[in-house]
Amino acid sequence: MAERGGRGTSSGCDSSLDKSITLPPDEIFRNLENAKCFAIDIGGSLTKLAYYSTVQHKVARVRSFDHSGKDIEHESPYEITVQEEITARLHFIKFENTYIETCLDFIKDHLVNTETKVLKATGGGAYKFKDLIEKKLGLKVDKEDVMTCLIKGCNFVLKNIPHEVFAYQKDSDTEFRFQTNHPNIFPYLLVNIGSGVSIVKVETGDKFEWIGGSSIGGGTFWGLGALLTKTKKFDELLQLASKGQHTNVDMLVKDVYGGAYQTLGLSGNLIASSFGKSATADKEFSKDDMAKSLLHMISNDIGQLACLYAKLHNLHKIYFGGFFIRGHPVTMRTITYSINFFSKGEVQALFLRHEGYLGAIGAFLKGAEQDNPNEYSWGENYAGSSGLMSTSPDLCPMQRARSGTFDMFEMDRLERPLVNLPLLKDPSTYIPDTVDLTDDAMARKYWLTCFEEALDGVVKRAMASQPDSTDAAERAEKFRQKYWNKLQTLRQQPFAYGTLTVRSLLDTREHCLNEFNFPDPYSKVKQKENGIALKCFPSVIESLDSLGWEERQFALVKGLLAGNVFDWGAKAVSEVLESEPQFGFEEAKEKLQERPWLEDSYSEWIQRLKEGPPHKCALIFADNSGIDIILGVFPFVRELLSRGTEVILACNSGPALNDVTYSESLIVTERIAAMDPIIQSALMEERLLLVQTGSSSPCLDLSRLDKGLALLVRERKTDLVIIEGMGRAIHTNYYAALQCESLKLAVIKNSWLADRLGGKIFSVIFKYEVPRK
Amino acid sequence: MPAFIQMGSEKHFSSLHTTLCATGGGAYKFEQDFRTVGDLQLCKLDELDCLVKGVLYIDSVGFNGDSECYYFENPTDSEKCQKLPFNLENPYPLLLVNIGSGVSILAVYSKDNYKRVTGTSLGGGTFFGLCCLLTGCSTFEEALEMASLGDSTKVDKLVRDIYGGDYERFGLPGWAVASSFGNMMSKEKRESVSKEDLARATLITITNNIGSIARMCALNENINRVVFVGNFLRINTISMRLLAYALDYWSKGQLKALFLEHE
Repeated sequence: MAERGGRGTSSGCDSSLDKSITLPPDEIFRNLENAKCFAIDIGGSLTKLAYYSTVQHKVARVRSFDHSGKDIEHESPYEITVQEEITARLHFIKFENTYIETCLDFIKDHLVNTETKVLKATGGGAYKFKDLIEKKLGLKVDKEDVMTCLIKGCNFVLKNIPHEVFAYQKDSDTEFRFQTNHPNIFPYLLVNIGSGVSIVKVETGDKFEWIGGSSIGGGTFWGLGALLTKTKKFDELLQLASKGQHTNVDMLVKDVYGGAYQTLGLSGNLIASSFGKSATADKEFSKDDMAKSLLHMISNDIGQLACLYAKLHNLHKIYFGGFFIRGHPVTMRTITYSINFFSKGEVQALFLRHEGYLGAIGAFLKGAEQDNPNEYSWGENYAGSSGLMSTSPDLCPMQRARSGTFDMFEMDRLERPLVNLPLLKDPSTYIPDTVDLTDDAMARKYWLTCFEEALDGVVKRAMASQPDSTDAAERAEKFRQKYWNKLQTLRQQPFAYGTLTVRSLLDTREHCLNEFNFPDPYSKVKQKENGIALKCFPSVIESLDSLGWEERQFALVKGLLAGNVFDWGAKAVSEVLESEPQFGFEEAKEKLQERPWLEDSYSEWIQRLKEGPPHKCALIFADNSGIDIILGVFPFVRELLSRGTEVILACNSGPALNDVTYSESLIVTERIAAMDPIIQSALMEERLLLVQTGSSSPCLDLSRLDKGLALLVRERKTDLVIIEGMGRAIHTNYYAALQCESLKLAVIKNSWLADRLGGKIFSVIFKYEVPRK
Repeated sequence: MPAFIQMGSEKHFSSLHTTLCATGGGAYKFEQDFRTVGDLQLCKLDELDCLVKGVLYIDSVGFNGDSECYYFENPTDSEKCQKLPFNLENPYPLLLVNIGSGVSILAVYSKDNYKRVTGTSLGGGTFFGLCCLLTGCSTFEEALEMASLGDSTKVDKLVRDIYGGDYERFGLPGWAVASSFGNMMSKEKRESVSKEDLARATLITITNNIGSIARMCALNENINRVVFVGNFLRINTISMRLLAYALDYWSKGQLKALFLEHE
């Protein structure tokens, strides 16, 4: 019932402390100098440490030049300064109890912040190690209830970590089937399988109830298994079990009835009596077979009870946790089988990626209440987190060495709270990503190779962005190593960070760049391109204004598409841009596919503009800096404004590739307004509004958007959403269903992807959708 | 069984009857032997049909004028606990838990209306099988005898072993078993337990689990009388009293465990 025992990788509860381990400290207890709010969860063999720290890193800020008329002399429209920014990060580290003393010593030596007086502790071992912690750290140990911490932690990850939850599927290419976060996580059943089993019904963030339990749990498997097989370690018992044949030990229905028990529809292979054969035959049984039989007996029993409790309380979601489950495919498989069997598919067995950290997260939250961690949105930092099953060396070939038994999980506090776009048709079924690379092995291979091949260029770009820095080359090399390793891990374990997607690969790269202080490698490129495009703006507008209505509409759309060609993230484009400095707006237009486009609902769009009333308000998600935003998006915005449609222009909060950021968009808009009275008056009258998305990704997750944006969208009664670019409209949101009209447009700048969609490179996607009534 | 079939053949049962009514899993398994060796046709009757009819019949006939059915009064108080007859005049609905080598649980609504609710593979066969492996015993009686002499708290981890007392947050009493065989995770404790302790712990584990599943089924089916029958309970007072106790305690007196004299 309580968390005792743990992964059997150590010698269990009785192990003596190991002081001889040397830690690779930089990599493990990161940012200790700023750490505060420590919490610890000590299980039977694993310790989970949590702390809160502030991370100082460099950010590129843009600032408008003085506008007293001298700015014409500047080649660039604004200046870039690099500043220090402080953000908050949560660190979680999991290690074997044998290292606890070494770890405490290390923390003591590196802890600068002396404001910390109390350490929250939970887990069975919290009692055992209380004195040691108090002596070593000079902190008061404040014990917290195990189950309360577990549930607090569970609620926190369910709410904050995308792809936290997965179902386990046997005999499938993707054994881990991740779920999108449901907007309402309650109610659910948490079945914690420690030495015993606790079954808890969770109704709200504060309300949960122990509704039952069972004494037949992980301790029974371990204890009885050790007696039967003389095998001492939990992991070894599981390994025995995975090799065994339970039919040699169990009495099956067919052993009793000679076949299936027809009248009751019981299959002949069903177990009639666990260990039934060991009662009738006077012979030796193999360890493997007994372990297997025991595993089945316990898993089936837990599954059956869990289903009975779920039925009684009318619950359909059961999360399983505890050391019996923790990252072990064998037990996840047997539990899933049992739940499917006993509930006849009505209840789903679900597991959590960060299950091992729940207690530590909960204890931390208890201690950090004054910082209101629940008020913020958090995001998993892919650069600093180890990923699923990183510590199961026997199960995965690609593993870290001995010190790799340290597992880490980091979460960044996001500057702004994130919410669903109110215009999503069904937030509970919305999936941002178009292709699941965990599922699609071909696509996975292609994209992993693609990101590997692009790495040299990214490293070069990162170094070039900081010519004055003396250690840029060294940091860039560290970045290369880190991201390369991530890609190799994902080749072996595509499920390590949830569903693998092009978006997650891009986001991981951004996280790794930030980690080594390359906050915005494209800042100078963007600055230069914005400058050039601004100069072209008046002539582009002039030529557009000279066209008739119909021609103009087509030119505007073509402009949007041509602008979208300027994408430094696409290899085919960045090579052209590197080698042909003269490549401009007109050249880009030449590259575009002729109509009919690969996806072409342009005629429907024109008909809508001609015949329908003007839209009330359009929300536009912009993509690239320079020509894209200035010569593609702004003329289009200007046309919408002239029709009487209000426009909300949403740009990323933080940098990603050469995507335009919110702060850049402010300056660019200001400069355009100075040249164009339509934009000028719309800005003044707040018919044109600039907002930030809350994201720093080249892709777009409409379920995690800035709260301010969502409010504005609702307030202005937005009835048109325009999503532009490959990252936002193809890799993500291609199938996103909205409650209002939407326009998804992009140029495919990758021949493999074009081929997959049945087209050629520079094929055009123009997808105008009207929701069915 | 082969001896019985052989005897049937020698005594020429088949000259008197051509069919023999049979039930139980073995009726299926031995059908071929009956036919070839004993020259007898088996009229296989559904095991559960027979069980339900049997329970209702026995109760209607009674036991030397006394009630066939009984229960334990004050099961939670070992001093005051006593066996008392129970009048099963209005038997429906009842939950029938048949503990053989495995366990079948039936909800019985009338003489002809019953359904199998669920079952578990953790039954008498599991107790006996595990006892054979753990203690080397060879008969069920021997296993029960050992169990009656042992102390399961040396083998099981109790709530108080973890929390030092009751776990008040969840209202769990200190004496409750938190982890069956949980103490056996430790090498020293494995070396200090006796075979009797292990037999006792096995019996307690299996019995508690059956009680727990039966209780959940009763709640889900909205039935408050649970009749326990089957070979496992033969001469097994420890399990019967434990079932009575567990059902009463965990249901806060809402559920009643019933037993039969001639099950």
